[in-house]
Amino acid sequence: MRRMDSFAVVAEGVRKRLGATQALDGLDLTVPEGTVCGLLGPNGAGKTTAVRVLTTLLRADAGRALVAGFDVADRPAEVRYRIGLAGQNPTVDEILTGRENLEMWGRLYHLGRATARRRAGELLDRFGLAGDADKRVKHYSGGMRRRLDLAAAFVLAPRVLFLDEPTTGLDPRNRNEVWQAVRDLAASGSTVLMTTQYLFEADQLAHQIAVIDSGRVIADGSPDELKSMIGGDQIDLVVRDAADLAEAARVLAAAAGAEPGADPDARRLIAPVRDRIGALTEVVRELGERGVAVEDVALRRPTLDEVFLSLTGGKPEHDAGEQGAGKQAVGKRVAA
Amino acid sequence: MTTAIAPVIPRSRVQRLYWTFADGCVIARGNLVHLARNPAAILNLLLYPIVMVLLFGFVLGSAMNVAGGGDYREFLMPGMFGQTMTLGVMTTMVIVTNDAARGVTDRFRSMPISRAGVVLGRAVADMVNSVLELAVLLLCGLAVGWSWHRGLGNALTALGLLLLLRFALIWVGIYLGLILTPESAAAAWMPLMPLTMLANTFVSPELMPGWMGALSEWNPLSATVAACRELFGNPGWGGDSWAAAHALPLAVAWPVALTLVFLPLSARRYRRLAR
Ligand SMILES: Nc1ncnc2c1ncn2[C@@H]1O[C@H](COP(=O)(O)OP(=O)(O)OP(=O)(O)O)[C@@H](O)[C@H]1O
Ligand SMILES: [Mg+2]
Repeated sequence: MRRMDSFAVVAEGVRKRLGATQALDGLDLTVPEGTVCGLLGPNGAGKTTAVRVLTTLLRADAGRALVAGFDVADRPAEVRYRIGLAGQNPTVDEILTGRENLEMWGRLYHLGRATARRRAGELLDRFGLAGDADKRVKHYSGGMRRRLDLAAAFVLAPRVLFLDEPTTGLDPRNRNEVWQAVRDLAASGSTVLMTTQYLFEADQLAHQIAVIDSGRVIADGSPDELKSMIGGDQIDLVVRDAADLAEAARVLAAAAGAEPGADPDARRLIAPVRDRIGALTEVVRELGERGVAVEDVALRRPTLDEVFLSLTGGKPEHDAGEQGAGKQAVGKRVAA
Repeated sequence: MTTAIAPVIPRSRVQRLYWTFADGCVIARGNLVHLARNPAAILNLLLYPIVMVLLFGFVLGSAMNVAGGGDYREFLMPGMFGQTMTLGVMTTMVIVTNDAARGVTDRFRSMPISRAGVVLGRAVADMVNSVLELAVLLLCGLAVGWSWHRGLGNALTALGLLLLLRFALIWVGIYLGLILTPESAAAAWMPLMPLTMLANTFVSPELMPGWMGALSEWNPLSATVAACRELFGNPGWGGDSWAAAHALPLAVAWPVALTLVFLPLSARRYRRLAR
């Protein structure tokens, strides 16, 4: 039996129905203190619902959830003193300035007037907003708003910070600032649970990645564990002449140690590889020796679609929308 | 970089009460800053009463009769006061729906702020807003020849009754605001406007068709307006019906009843946001 108090977040069999959707369908998750956990999943997977239950905004239908050692259903007030939340959409006050916003949130977190002011100054610096601190938020860009919203979640330097898709809509520089703030906070002992649709982001930040789909955690582990589970990097090869496909497939199979997926219409082959550079050089050399003309060759990480595909056993679970369509397309390629 | 931040966690009843007030003040202040920085809202606050008083007092007023005789503008002003207080419910409703839609309500709910503090802030801001509206309207009234005739004490009591109605409507506004979307809240103007006229605000109910008159007599707004006419000594108060004869107690009873019904309802609705 593991000790519960060394976990910042514990969810056991959490279920939540929203309208006709079973948004959470037995969610199990444990996040150790002081780590960053990435909750990774496609649209509608239940990420936001999970965050809302853990931040006391929604009451679960069944199951149990502890945050910072307190039950979210029984002791919501204790939980609220120990968490910060930046929701999927910024909730900053348009009419106030950035500084006024942060001072107001600070006061509402029961910091004294002087402390709230000092803290607002620190956060404006940290999130690169110092120069625009005294402008009204309605004149901010989307990225600035989002950073201000994140800063509001950092006011208390919370024990557990919940960020729902914190970098959606940010340019790379701002995204890096957010990442750095998350790393700093984790280094100072806080726990961060963030949702994301990008494997790359989870890979950059998280000690632990929980893949969520249809309201359930379908894979949970360190980024490396997860990647090895789904086969890691892939060689993505396009030949110039369709007649060469069979020959190229043999070369790729030899290098990867597995039969590659094929998409004959696009003259494309994909194979997961372990020894990334070694395999790539071997493939390129072999193809050159056999006179196979290559139009494009790349070494790339699996996309989220492919992660899901392999984790959900290849059957497209949602047939609606582009997500489902994307999955199916990839499915044909890899499984063919 | 990260300074140790220690929030004050209230443990005793007194501390909790203190923080409820402190939170309420911070929230009310934020809301009032909104008003102060919104030139359109300020212009509206000033212009709307002036336009309405001119429109009803002079354009329509020239063709209006007061049952039992008397100057129409003297009759009109208490009705305008009452209507303005009633339409204040729109302000509450629209702000509450917007806060919910923009996630502000959720942010509050994820923070250790007492719910009473959030509501208190809302109530204080709305009341300040309404006091300003009433003051502007009062000045407009004085400018077109309206006045009070039964002493300052009675006049202040009348203003108190008007604000009591507004206070009761805060709860109605919060309740509806938690149910409606911002779009439908803005559209609530449509049913609300006629409701403020299906009363003794602009026309004496005696002059309306039977059923309409009866409905108007019993409109909560009518009680407040009739009581104001009585306390200000303006024409058009009194009448044969029970409601008209008991305007003063009704002007207290209606708001109290509305509060008793809608305060618990809105508290329940707020708790149900977690469903
Ligand atoms: N209020 C609601 N009423 C009915 N269904 C809802 C409601 N909110 C969410 N859902 C449904 O619950 C499921 C999970 O939604 P959730 O918002 O948790 O997904 P998500 O993983 O955050 O998605 P996204 O990446 O789009 O933000 C979805 O199918 C969604 O349609
Ligand atoms: Mg979401």
